[in-house]
Amino acid sequence: MAVAANPIEQFEIHNYFPVFKIAGHQISFTDSAVFMVLAVVLTAALMLGATSGRRLVPTRMQSVAEILYEFIADMIRSTTGEHGLKFFPLVFSVFMFVLISNLVGLIPYSFSVTSQVIVTASLALLVFFTVIIHGFVHHGLHFLKLFVPSGVPILILPMIAVIELLSFLARPVSHSLRLFANILAGHITLNLVGSFAAMMIAAFGVVGWLGATLPVAFAVALFALELLVALLQAYVFAILTCIYLNDSLHPGH
Amino acid sequence: MSDDTSGQGDPGRRPSDEADLSARLQRLGDRLGQVRASQPAEPTPDAGAPSDRSGMARGLRLSSELVAGVVVGGAVGYALDYWLGIRPWGIIVFVLLGFAAGIVNLMRSAGILAKPEDRAH
Repeated sequence: MAVAANPIEQFEIHNYFPVFKIAGHQISFTDSAVFMVLAVVLTAALMLGATSGRRLVPTRMQSVAEILYEFIADMIRSTTGEHGLKFFPLVFSVFMFVLISNLVGLIPYSFSVTSQVIVTASLALLVFFTVIIHGFVHHGLHFLKLFVPSGVPILILPMIAVIELLSFLARPVSHSLRLFANILAGHITLNLVGSFAAMMIAAFGVVGWLGATLPVAFAVALFALELLVALLQAYVFAILTCIYLNDSLHPGH
Repeated sequence: MSDDTSGQGDPGRRPSDEADLSARLQRLGDRLGQVRASQPAEPTPDAGAPSDRSGMARGLRLSSELVAGVVVGGAVGYALDYWLGIRPWGIIVFVLLGFAAGIVNLMRSAGILAKPEDRAH
């Protein structure tokens, strides 16, 4: 067993089989792709399986699905108002994908899709461009009022507009970095603490078994924290999606 | 309000009552529509408050706002330097502006600073 495991190794992507080529780049089916597909399949199985019966008095699985639905619907209503519900499919899909990916990634020897910055950045950019496109389609140039707050003296208006524009551009960055960094840091910490235990056993034998209980206990506590982080980050990602979508629904009055 | 529309009929209702039930649901839906239409337009969400379901979620949200602002400001400044050949002025000005934008974002997500749409009126 490799004792002093590299804590970053778990994030390496392995190609399974090539699929097709785009502009000279080999696109392969990777372990990242496997777990993305798994997240989608699990979400679909949960939602379709739970709602297939459609009883008036819900079964357990059906109430799980209903709670998830109500949770996201309430979140959208409270941040964007009733007509924000047209974005329900987007917010719900993003939330479920992040949630299931985070949870699946916590299973030992699995792969955490959300620890790849490209995945979280893609999700954040999807939201970002949805906001821009929806804003321009429904509000036209009025959408640009987002960057020009009313009641600002004309002298400092250009500077304020640039700051607002930069703060708008910073959104997808912070949106994606937050999720990615939390998951990445959590997995590295878990891996490090876990390898302490393995190292102690390898180095000190029987005494090491005693010494290893400490890092193992710590790893268990950390795992509980990571579970919280996994749920919380999915929630944060979804609520930020709602807040950003709110700007495209009401870009200034 | 979803309780009103989710149907309060008995689980053991026979299929022959389905038409009756759907007619009643239709009437109920119409009435709800009238009531909703007569109500004033729903208020826009108040600043910052709706997002705070848990304090920790809020804390985690704040952590990267500032960094993102500075990073984006630096990137924009560097790009302007590169395209316009105004090195080093673009990066100097835009890192500072990015810092300001990061602070704005941070204060906005903390709910200290009002969102632009609330400031308008």
